[in-house]
Amino acid sequence: MSEKTKYITELRESATFDRSTMAEIRRAADTGIYDIRGWGAKRKLPHFDDLLFLGASMSRYPLEGYREKCNTQVTLGTRFAKKPIVIETPVTIAGMSFGALSANAKEALGRGASAVGTSTTTGDGGMTPEERGQSTKLVYQYLPSRYGMNPDDLRKADAIEVVLGQGAKPGGGGMLLGQKITERVAKMRTLPMGVDQRSACRHPDWTGPDDLAIKILELREITDWQVPIYIKVGATRTYYDVKLAVKAGADVIVVDGMQGGTAATQEVFIEHVGIPTMAAIPQAVQALQEMGMHRKVQLIVSGGIRNGADVAKCMALGADAVAIGTAALIALGCNDPKYDEEFKAIGSAAGFYDDYHEGKDPAGISTQDPELSKRLDPVEGGRRLANYLRVLTMEAQTLARACGKNDMRHLEPEDLVALTVESAAMARVPLAGTNWIPGANNY
Amino acid sequence: MRTVDLATQTVRDLNQALHDQAKQCTETEWEVLNPKGQHNLAVGLDQKLKVDIKGHAGYYCGGMNKEADIVVHGSAGQGVAENMMSGSVRVKGNASSSAGATSIGGLLVIEGDAGSRCGISMKGSDIVVTGNVGHMSCFMGQAGTLVVCGDAGDALGDSLYEVHIYVKGEVKSLGADCIAKEMRDEHIEELSEVLKRAGVDEDPHAFKRYGSARQLYNFKVDNASAY
Repeated sequence: MSEKTKYITELRESATFDRSTMAEIRRAADTGIYDIRGWGAKRKLPHFDDLLFLGASMSRYPLEGYREKCNTQVTLGTRFAKKPIVIETPVTIAGMSFGALSANAKEALGRGASAVGTSTTTGDGGMTPEERGQSTKLVYQYLPSRYGMNPDDLRKADAIEVVLGQGAKPGGGGMLLGQKITERVAKMRTLPMGVDQRSACRHPDWTGPDDLAIKILELREITDWQVPIYIKVGATRTYYDVKLAVKAGADVIVVDGMQGGTAATQEVFIEHVGIPTMAAIPQAVQALQEMGMHRKVQLIVSGGIRNGADVAKCMALGADAVAIGTAALIALGCNDPKYDEEFKAIGSAAGFYDDYHEGKDPAGISTQDPELSKRLDPVEGGRRLANYLRVLTMEAQTLARACGKNDMRHLEPEDLVALTVESAAMARVPLAGTNWIPGANNY
Repeated sequence: MRTVDLATQTVRDLNQALHDQAKQCTETEWEVLNPKGQHNLAVGLDQKLKVDIKGHAGYYCGGMNKEADIVVHGSAGQGVAENMMSGSVRVKGNASSSAGATSIGGLLVIEGDAGSRCGISMKGSDIVVTGNVGHMSCFMGQAGTLVVCGDAGDALGDSLYEVHIYVKGEVKSLGADCIAKEMRDEHIEELSEVLKRAGVDEDPHAFKRYGSARQLYNFKVDNASAY
């Protein structure tokens, strides 16, 4: 043993240049292109696990589980629309495009959502007959690219969602690489087959909130003021964005935190832009309350919702409903361990797969390959999603009843405490066991 | 002919009356008085109607039009005939920015000048501008034809897909991946047909053709400086 090595007890890895960081530097040097992937932020972020409910005891009166009702029905779009959407559970399905997802996956999402009386949402690629046919409540996204946008589908929609951004990439446009631009996808988007499709990040015919107000009026005129109009923003300057969205005339505002997923964008975008969902909700609620519009303009939040506790915590912070994307895909079979060998064959592993843009998903969800797509049975997928949505709803009800609430929307910030100083500051609830909310009352 | 006077009726009244014609067509000729630059006039029509707007129109006039023939006897604001599906929109005066944005079909004729981003993300319509067009016109244009009888501003056809662009006058600059292309017989024929349909008397041989070089269709690191 050399003089030097005899004192080394273990190899020491750099915290700054760890193996993952070095691998990315080598990959960049080899290829000359940034890393593109799907999924959402993978770094550890302050999240709903850092919050706890204060169940009822002496000072609060709980409701009896299984016997006393706890309402989960929410009406969205009560501000201007003649026909607001009534959802039976406060969990909706977020916008995901046909193109990013297979037709079977879109159909499965529609089937699952419809089975429990909630809504699903189109994406950057237009409305497919499969999803319209299987979705009793379908939200039609109005995106900068306007791929597949047409007045017939607009009038078939139960709501319109004007998308300004999404949590995984606020300020960025869409991306669907050539390997997924099949003949059908190309036709729906009026694009040549096989091109790398990069959707614009700005809308082509309006440039600010004053213009957006006119645009929203146009959409209302075209649809004879029948359906609600949502505005979706990625969570960044949420307080100001929500105020401007209300001013622009939104019926419903969707705030998507940085844990929200995407089909494809740059890794640097996913991990370094936006704010966590938990931090965005209080900003949005404050903006609505200051304008006297809380509960009048409904708030849907998304980004990292996994279980009924997350649902209940979002609602306690003031949301009217939540939307799920990644979790819904997992319920369908995304990253299922039964395909582990096939995931490994394409350089990933079950539980790690995020290369949605490559279109090789062994689970048949984020692909346009006809053979892979067949692996997802839309009926079975729909059944699985419906099961999952029911569990989310029952879990959220359990927590609401424990807090003495007979309506999910009666949950309030007072029902919550935080485990960490940072989550207390972001969620604006006290650190557990104290009355300290960092930043509140100049304290 | 049925007349809607916007001095006494609302834009909602107008659009609802026009939409009702899609269910049961009782009157094909319409006249709109006193538009005074109001927004969202005659949007979402879905019937073979003739609509004459006697004055200036604000934003999105004729938006998402299907089948109808709309004439603006004045100038039009931003996004005239945006996402038009079929039919026609004719602007007797000038048009503001984003004229014909994302339009999928039909014919848009602007008898004056058009502002910036004319034909942005167009998806199959035909747009004829007898005057000039502003900067970034036909940005990310996907399909259809854009005919400019005057001059074009900076960055014409930036990030272009498959729109055929014809310009008679000067082009201040071409956008990324947009190049001048040979004017072959089939292009003369195509341009002649569009000009004829637009009722514009111009010699198609006096135009130059521009289209996509298709170098940015798939990402190549060597093109990074073009983005």
